Amino acid sequence: MITSSWLARVIVTPKPVVNDPQGLTVAQGLRTLGFDEVHGVRIGKYIEIEVTAEHRREARERVEEMCRKLLANHVIEDFRFEVEEAPAELPTG
Amino acid sequence: MRFGVVVFPGTWSDRDCGWVIDQVLGAELRYLWHKDRDLQGCDCVILPGGFSHGDYLRTGAIARFSPVMESVAEFAGRGGLVWGICNGFQILCEAGLLPGALIRNDALQYRCEWTNLVCERTDTAYSSLVERRQVLRIPISHGEGNYFADPPTLSRLEQQGQVVFRYADERGFVVPAANPNGSIHNIAGIVNERGNVLGMMPHPERAAEAVVGSADGIFLFRSVIQSAMKVLSA
Repeated sequence: MITSSWLARVIVTPKPVVNDPQGLTVAQGLRTLGFDEVHGVRIGKYIEIEVTAEHRREARERVEEMCRKLLANHVIEDFRFEVEEAPAELPTG
Repeated sequence: MRFGVVVFPGTWSDRDCGWVIDQVLGAELRYLWHKDRDLQGCDCVILPGGFSHGDYLRTGAIARFSPVMESVAEFAGRGGLVWGICNGFQILCEAGLLPGALIRNDALQYRCEWTNLVCERTDTAYSSLVERRQVLRIPISHGEGNYFADPPTLSRLEQQGQVVFRYADERGFVVPAANPNGSIHNIAGIVNERGNVLGMMPHPERAAEAVVGSADGIFLFRSVIQSAMKVLSA
């Protein structure tokens, strides 16, 4: 069986209806620095996951399941991700 | 009457709960390790405060998958008393045993201070010995206690009277100034529809003896004992 290594980049963001005090505070900080054009900041999470799967589709399905089960809380967060083929690991030693 | 206190890696209020249960009340106590599934015949299971699994990812997100939580969910499904305090409330929301979520305090600060709670439900297993509209002085200690629920969930909670405690002023008025963390509708504690699962951010186990500044928390523990005794003798 040929399997490949995949790298998933997951982004989790607070839902628009959820107040994001961290983002509001950073927006204020940016304006204090003179970035007057800033009118919104939202802070989420960026997660990289290395997975082994036969096909990209399989890798995507598994990562989506991970997001639903653990990485994002659907009550307060949205998620999105992309999956790219990771370079094969070279044997060491 | 036997209480079970669940211990996760990073739990810190287990001994405070244990002290109240066996030293102040003289009730039976079992500590339940999070990897065990046996609830040891406990009549009430407490998920205590702390930072289970370092609060990594989200508060309570990892703890909800501990083996003990399968037994806790099954126990709750049978009508068993499950009481989440602080981190325990966060875990119950993550596990879907209570609606909503707890997000970061609106002031971004960790808040460790006394609060006044007004009790709006005195017919639950946790509050039967509390007078209606009684104000309880009980402390909070959290960075993520800002209760959030989407509008349909919130109106369902309110319509069904699932809000048990709200942050209030000393006279029991629910005002914005008494809200320590930005919780929607000043919500400090809720029960599930059936009333057997309670989640609350304040710490009654830290206000159960006059020597620590307030003994109001003892009403909750005594209510649980009274309710469990009724069930046991029925």
